Amino acid sequence: MSGLLSQLMPNLVMVPILLPMLAAALMLLLSERHRAWKGAINIAACALGLLAAVALLLWADLGGAPGRIGVYLPANWPAPFGIVLVADRLSALMLVLAATVGLASALFSVARWDKAGVHFHPLFQLQLMGINGAFLTGDLFNLFVFFEIMLAASYGLLLHGSGRPRVQAGLHYVAINLAASSLFLVGAALLYGVTGTLNMADLARQITQVSAADRGLLHAAAAILAVAFLAKAAAWPLNFWLAPAYGSATAPVGGLFALLTKVGIYTLLRLWTLLFPADAGASAHFGGDWLLYGGLATLVFGALGMLGSQRLGNLASFGIITSSGTLLAALSFGQRALTGGALFYLLSSTLAASAFLLLADLVERWRNAGASVAPHEAAGDAPFLSPDLEPQEGLNLDDDEEALIGKAIPAATAFLGLAFMGCTLLITGLPPLSGFIGKFAMLTALLNPQGLGHPGAAPVAASAWVLLALLVGSGLLGLIAMTRAGIRHFWAAHDRAVPRLALAEGLPVAALLAACVLLTVQAGPVMRYAQATADALQAPTAYVQAVMSARTVPNPPAPAPDAKVPP
Amino acid sequence: MELVLSLAIGVLAGSGVWLLLRPRTFQVIMGLSLLSYAVNLFIFSMGRLAIDKEPVLVGGVPADLLHYADPMPQALVLTAIVIGFAMTALFLGVLLASRGLSGTDHVDGAEEAP
Repeated sequence: MSGLLSQLMPNLVMVPILLPMLAAALMLLLSERHRAWKGAINIAACALGLLAAVALLLWADLGGAPGRIGVYLPANWPAPFGIVLVADRLSALMLVLAATVGLASALFSVARWDKAGVHFHPLFQLQLMGINGAFLTGDLFNLFVFFEIMLAASYGLLLHGSGRPRVQAGLHYVAINLAASSLFLVGAALLYGVTGTLNMADLARQITQVSAADRGLLHAAAAILAVAFLAKAAAWPLNFWLAPAYGSATAPVGGLFALLTKVGIYTLLRLWTLLFPADAGASAHFGGDWLLYGGLATLVFGALGMLGSQRLGNLASFGIITSSGTLLAALSFGQRALTGGALFYLLSSTLAASAFLLLADLVERWRNAGASVAPHEAAGDAPFLSPDLEPQEGLNLDDDEEALIGKAIPAATAFLGLAFMGCTLLITGLPPLSGFIGKFAMLTALLNPQGLGHPGAAPVAASAWVLLALLVGSGLLGLIAMTRAGIRHFWAAHDRAVPRLALAEGLPVAALLAACVLLTVQAGPVMRYAQATADALQAPTAYVQAVMSARTVPNPPAPAPDAKVPP
Repeated sequence: MELVLSLAIGVLAGSGVWLLLRPRTFQVIMGLSLLSYAVNLFIFSMGRLAIDKEPVLVGGVPADLLHYADPMPQALVLTAIVIGFAMTALFLGVLLASRGLSGTDHVDGAEEAP
């Protein structure tokens, strides 16, 4: 097994980018009449991508604790000059996550939603290509290009299905992201102006050698870049676009979009740990405080947003914002155990958010008797409530007369209800599922900054107490919001037909939740991997060395001059 | 020359940001375009401003950045222009769709209440 993997490296690093690109190109050749074929190609490409990502993960984990780093030189130029693709523990982990969510969303889409417009499947694959590329690249400008591929595809996907709410949200989404891309370019150009390189590993080496006079310019460049990434990661106050966009996107698109904010988080984590590690002299942990404050504010905003959400789509969107805030704040401590716990939480919360966005579509259609949006909601009213916030007919809020006992629950309703409960447990971080384990690991690390077994070695910082309180508090607010939504959708509303579920719709939701259960059962190995990833991030020297020492492939020997060339 | 270029970038970026914050979609797209021009000029200036430097390798001149214009920002600008152009065109499409669906060119799809 390990021998086979080693043979495939480093070429395997290119697969997560090439595979979606070729699949998308292939699908473009087929006309829209062959939609079934396109769906099949999409699902097959996603499944193969998952295989490749898992293979990369296994390979990165082969060498034990520090992990191996695969470097691929696409143009065969040595490191600081050409573009590099780097697969280390963190990249491999994110690739597996992206492939899992992608496969589930692709499967969900063939049941219904891919018929709502043209070119759904090629755009889907291009989006995956951009996401995978952003996870793999080791070059700042190449990162920009992959971001744009990802965004261009996401514009198309967000508008898939058309309709006024989507176009409206799409307009804002495109404008915000174009502005953020401008900031990205300004930041990258400034970094190039100061250091003379765009290779991330080379940047990490140059940072310590920047003269004191240029240090301010360097920090300005990093800050501008960070603003662009924070807008993608949905940090407050750059996240007002998120809830309308995700809430109005079609369900499989929303399921895939659950990944996009995590791309922003990944980029911030990667660049921040690489450029400003603890030993970076005057720039050590530059901007860490801002990440913390931004993360805390995002956490509060997301939790309050969940409490104020009446629709499931908005609830899921604000859940994503809450998880972004949690991750930003936790990662900003730059503390090994805390980063490890946060990475575990990232896996669990992304899978849960994706499952919830898919599930929300099923529940909404059941509630609205087949329509995605109820007629009375088109005017912007909340579900179940009239404009003056009075409960509507058909809602049994316990003070009515009718008893709800003695009815058999149909299997489809039971599935939706159980899946909803699973999502609630995962998003709010309640035991026994993986959301709790991730949160628990973070809380433990916050209270024991030196690690377990060193009680009282260092006092717990005030910021750690604040984050701890907000983590617990946001879980409570999320629980209140989710419970209210659950009661309204599953208990109080009656006289509705049995929901009709296609296998292709139930399966992805079940699979995503099963992945979370797997995370829970296998928490030990996953947490060990996350911890090793965090350790590798805190010591970026290995990454820098692996990239800088990557050797080019020698040219094939030139044919001897007297060799006969066949005519 | 530094003053002229920085003034040009500043005026373009300032106008772009102002237009970006206006309520009409056409103003927003003009703002985004101006902003991308400013950014492209800015990237270009990051290769240092110089006069009379060779852009392409010629014989007899030492091959280093003291004697040649930095080719890297030029390559970056080229990529940024292409991507920015494509994205602006796409935004134009969304803008027209929004105008057609909502009947107004307000960015929120509805006129503000008086």
